[in-house]
Amino acid sequence: MSNTTTIQVQVNGVSRTDEVQPRLLLVHYLRDVLGLTGTHIGCETSLCGACTVMVDGAAAKSCTLLAVQVDGCEVETIESLATEDGLHPIQEAFWDCHGLQCGFCTPGMIMATRQLLQENPSPSEEEIRRGLEGNICRCTGYKHIVDAVQQAAEQMKAGT
Amino acid sequence: MPVSKLVGTKVKRREDPRLVQGLSHYVDDLRMADVMHAAILRSPHAHARINGINTDAAQALPGVVTVVTGADIGDSVGSVPCAAANPTLRTPPHPVLAQGEVRYVGEPVAVAVAGDSYTARDALDLIEVDYEPLPAVSDLEKALEPGSPLVHSQWDSNQAFTFECGTGDMDKARAEADVIVKQKFIHQRLAPIPVETRGVVARYFPGEDELTVWSSTQIPHLLRAMLALVLGFPEHRIRVIAPEVGGGFGCKLNVYREEALLAHLAMKLKATVKWIEGRRENMQATIHGRGQVGTVEAAVKKDGTILGVTYDSLLDTGAYHQLLTPGMPPLTGLMISGSYKIPTLKFTSTGGFTNKVATDAYRGAGRPEATLVIERTMDLIARELDMDPVEIRRKNFAQPADFPLAVATGLAYDSGNYQAALDKALEMVGYEDLRAEQKRLREEGRYMGIGFSTYVEICAMGPSAALPAGGWESGTVRMDFTGKATVLTGVSPHGQGEETTFAQIVSDDLGVPIEDVAVLHGDTAVVPNGIGTFGSRGISVGGTAVYMATQKVREKAEAIAANVLECSAEDLEFEDGKFSVKGVPDKGITIQEVALQAHVATKLPAGMEPGLQATSVFEPSNFTFPFGTHICVVEVDTQSGEIEIKKYVAVDDCGKVINPMIVDGQVQGGIAQGLGQALLEEVVYDEDGQLVTGSLMDYAVARAEDLPPLEFARTETPSPVNPMGVKGVGEAGTIGSTPSIVNAVVDALAPFGVTHIDMPLKPEKIWRLCQGGNK
Repeated sequence: MSNTTTIQVQVNGVSRTDEVQPRLLLVHYLRDVLGLTGTHIGCETSLCGACTVMVDGAAAKSCTLLAVQVDGCEVETIESLATEDGLHPIQEAFWDCHGLQCGFCTPGMIMATRQLLQENPSPSEEEIRRGLEGNICRCTGYKHIVDAVQQAAEQMKAGT
Repeated sequence: MPVSKLVGTKVKRREDPRLVQGLSHYVDDLRMADVMHAAILRSPHAHARINGINTDAAQALPGVVTVVTGADIGDSVGSVPCAAANPTLRTPPHPVLAQGEVRYVGEPVAVAVAGDSYTARDALDLIEVDYEPLPAVSDLEKALEPGSPLVHSQWDSNQAFTFECGTGDMDKARAEADVIVKQKFIHQRLAPIPVETRGVVARYFPGEDELTVWSSTQIPHLLRAMLALVLGFPEHRIRVIAPEVGGGFGCKLNVYREEALLAHLAMKLKATVKWIEGRRENMQATIHGRGQVGTVEAAVKKDGTILGVTYDSLLDTGAYHQLLTPGMPPLTGLMISGSYKIPTLKFTSTGGFTNKVATDAYRGAGRPEATLVIERTMDLIARELDMDPVEIRRKNFAQPADFPLAVATGLAYDSGNYQAALDKALEMVGYEDLRAEQKRLREEGRYMGIGFSTYVEICAMGPSAALPAGGWESGTVRMDFTGKATVLTGVSPHGQGEETTFAQIVSDDLGVPIEDVAVLHGDTAVVPNGIGTFGSRGISVGGTAVYMATQKVREKAEAIAANVLECSAEDLEFEDGKFSVKGVPDKGITIQEVALQAHVATKLPAGMEPGLQATSVFEPSNFTFPFGTHICVVEVDTQSGEIEIKKYVAVDDCGKVINPMIVDGQVQGGIAQGLGQALLEEVVYDEDGQLVTGSLMDYAVARAEDLPPLEFARTETPSPVNPMGVKGVGEAGTIGSTPSIVNAVVDALAPFGVTHIDMPLKPEKIWRLCQGGNK
């Protein structure tokens, strides 16, 4: 396909300029063009949340966005969370609470949690369950995920 | 014996740092040079003749490498294997691409290979297939009626196999019974839905004559053997790698057309070819679970004593057999006795071909059907005799002294204490108060129900004699020059956490820090042999093999230590990773120093081979039988048909526990899937065989809000079948939960005359029952 367009995107703090097909999905841009394979594809229809990333600070499902739609935007993926000082408190909490088994939904789940805690730093259990309704985990039964979000909320509040 | 430090404790999973950072490598994450991408054209028809396929336009699309049809492949690739043995089995040819006829929606018809995945998909749009639709049959019972359209015209009916088991004289049981209870059950088709779909990368190096297949599989070693047979390519030239696998639940305990097809393409093109299943493909072409219909009959005395049970069933096999399709009914039949002493049991099953994708093992695999049938039957009997559901269970429970328990289906249950689990659950839920509350609420016009499942299941698959392709497992433990330990296991974990639990076992028994133990799996070139992960066998069979190999390593280390310390092995004690001479504590040698000596090999006992490693292959003498009690309390809104789970208590007994955190996770996840079957999930085909539930929009997987708060406890009854006393826990939650939820809803609706409801218990169905009783 010769028909391409130029996009400029900040991905995990790095400025990128790439020629992409207009039909290229954001998730494929991240995974196949930039090699950021932590963002997973589970359904291609926005229903499972495995592909959740942050676009300009808000959680978005990258399997149903086109790369051209994030031209001029800031995108953050799971790879942006941990620093040289260690894991992000949400990552740490998922580890502590056994909030994952196969791990495939986990990056999306963690990014959705990030959005949830950004909007509501002290969510109740009910609010957590509702806040994660866009993300499917087939392994855990969600209880340990809820525990993890609660722990992360506590730690992030203590850390600010 | 060293003091046990890690076994039995919550050790955080060693798998997790890579997973929470998105740094792991699932099949789709593998980066390889010059990889080509395959896309598969699938049948839109449930049944059709293929009169021709024109691939010219697709072939001509720039970027397309090749387009291949069934006719191109001919007989150069064999039939996809079915391993389940049954003398009555009709096994249709199962080609990797349809040969002249398609028999279910989603059946692979052609494959396009291109330089990128978008172009490969574009090519599919340019393939012209001349289909001639044929009559299709979707409904299982209709498929087995005379005159049904035939899925495979070479046979005179759609009967795929028959199976029966059990002993005793049911006529006599009927004659002696005071009451006969009968009920028909429909166990709906379910989609396993691992969040990672299937995916395959196949690479062929002509110089080395080496085929490497990366697949999202639960069984890399079996897949390797099966690929050798299907491709007619020698097994020792094939390497199969299961990289990180994003869930399986049984659907990746299989050998699929795409695995053989991709391997074939890689060899044909002398290249690396990749295929990642889309979710829509996954719903159409990855196996489904359950799909059973049956009728139970129980002969019972007035006092609740069960004299005999028959269960006559049909299995919706789908159009072709997958690896274990006909192996599902035996698991139902063998477990139909549940936790009860029933002298006469008879189980029959008839498999029926339909124009749908195959059914096969999905979490529980045949046992959830058995558990639902017997646990619902207990409630039906209780209702008939006006007994409490708890009392009917107590009355018929096998008692601790009965073990090993000879069951009329032919099994010998290893150990159990069913009453103890039930008592604990009753106490947790506050049963007597609940019944009083139920009565009070009913007077207010509110409908609360209490449901029980006092399940038992069969795990640790299993003795080789009972499985189609070996039931053993291998474990290798090796200490290298620097005292680090490497474990090779034939199980292939994909979320179960064996990189942690197996390291706990080795760390304790060799006295080495857990950080110094690596657990490797999922690569046939690394792990000498193995069977895989399924049937809740990881810890009980694979873990036992690792445990046994660890003991051998320690024995060898002890012999080396004795030689170095110039004493006899009997004079040594081993604690915290150090061999010391009894009574002379400062005369000792650490196991790491022993490992070095084992490799330097100058102070070894005469005739001993250098190195410090051992392999054990564990062949279990029996299955294990985890059990427990799940109690569900619901309230039904009769105006809307909605079901609210007010309380859920689960007491599970999976024998000895290596890591309680991981066991909790397995139970919780299992319950989520069992609840899914009870309330939400159902694969629907229309009568023409079109898949109606073709996406996650139409197929309801439980989300966080669907799960009620759960309360957990455990009892611990060790298994005598293996040295650690472990039983397995992967499927218990799924098997145990479903009947308790259904029983609770039926109990809630008793005032409406409701005695049974088939799953899923959707609000519409419940609402209708509340309007018009049981019809």
